[in-house]
Amino acid sequence: MVESADSPLQRLRQNQSLQRLLGLVMGVAFGVFLQLGGVTSYDVIIGQLLLYDFTVVKVMLSAVAVGMVGVYLLVHLGLASLAIKPGSIGTTVLGGIIFGCGFAVLGYCPGTVAGAVGSGALDALFGGVTGILIGAGIFAELYPRLDASVLQRGKIPDMTIPELVGVQPRTVIVPMIILIIAILYGIEYLGL
Amino acid sequence: MDWTPYLAGLGIGILSWFTFLLSARPLGCSTAYARTSGMIERAIRGDSVLEKPYYRNFVPQIDWEWMLVLGIVIGAFITALVRGEFALIWVPSTFEAAFGSSSLLRLAVALVGGVLMGLGARWAGGCTSGHGISGTLQLAIASWIAVVIFFVSGIIVAFLLYGVIVPW
Repeated sequence: MVESADSPLQRLRQNQSLQRLLGLVMGVAFGVFLQLGGVTSYDVIIGQLLLYDFTVVKVMLSAVAVGMVGVYLLVHLGLASLAIKPGSIGTTVLGGIIFGCGFAVLGYCPGTVAGAVGSGALDALFGGVTGILIGAGIFAELYPRLDASVLQRGKIPDMTIPELVGVQPRTVIVPMIILIIAILYGIEYLGL
Repeated sequence: MDWTPYLAGLGIGILSWFTFLLSARPLGCSTAYARTSGMIERAIRGDSVLEKPYYRNFVPQIDWEWMLVLGIVIGAFITALVRGEFALIWVPSTFEAAFGSSSLLRLAVALVGGVLMGLGARWAGGCTSGHGISGTLQLAIASWIAVVIFFVSGIIVAFLLYGVIVPW
């Protein structure tokens, strides 16, 4: 079953004002879950990076496991397409290292900092959000020079693990879900 | 055993089904900041900002993802109020225990961390949501590499901050 170009689903996806409303509604849900999970807290995020509180890993891995099954099912049914981000050593690795430094120094990430603002964290609002805006602005300014130098170095294939290995998605998904459950079981067993 | 982190993860996982189905987009947050940065720069320096190559790729306008980030603030606010967790604070308790109660110090550190985070997120082409949840659940190679690097680098710097600068 493949969606035709003018199906109700396609019309919904192309309706910009409705999409902005949907974005808001989905964002509210995201914010509820982030706050409920406790990951809008600096103490919880720093506790994860200092490896004594595994709440962030619990939230992320369970979201990944649940999301993976549903999204791949939607793709299988022809109701969704994957949106794979490209990467390279110059972008993913260098940018990732800078991101990690910011993650530890700020103690929030771009999604959780918004949740932290909602929960009343003034350091998240005046320090975090302001800083992220400045950092994103700096990247926009540097982008032409970076793109001409480091960003294209060491291209990472724009593909998924099953595509790289050359197997059906379920051949990777099933072991991945088992691995995630085993890791989460291990974390609970150790009382982390 | 506390099930709330798993309930939250379950919720976010199911939410991602709907972002793919209804909006044909993965959950992600960091481009919203790039667009906002462009909007602010445009307000200050005029329309020439739109000519910047980066803003031609990420047009400074309010889109689905921008509204998503706004929604996060609202959703967390409502949940914090209902659960009695809402509190206006400048210095988180873990930070205070290690570095003292100066709001100005926390503000300066958060600002520096924020700049690195904004720069790094756009440099890496995604954040803990875009790569860490949405990319990994699609089994994207670049996203798995990104999330491992986010955490390894974050863990090293957190241990340097809390272990070396301020020994426990």
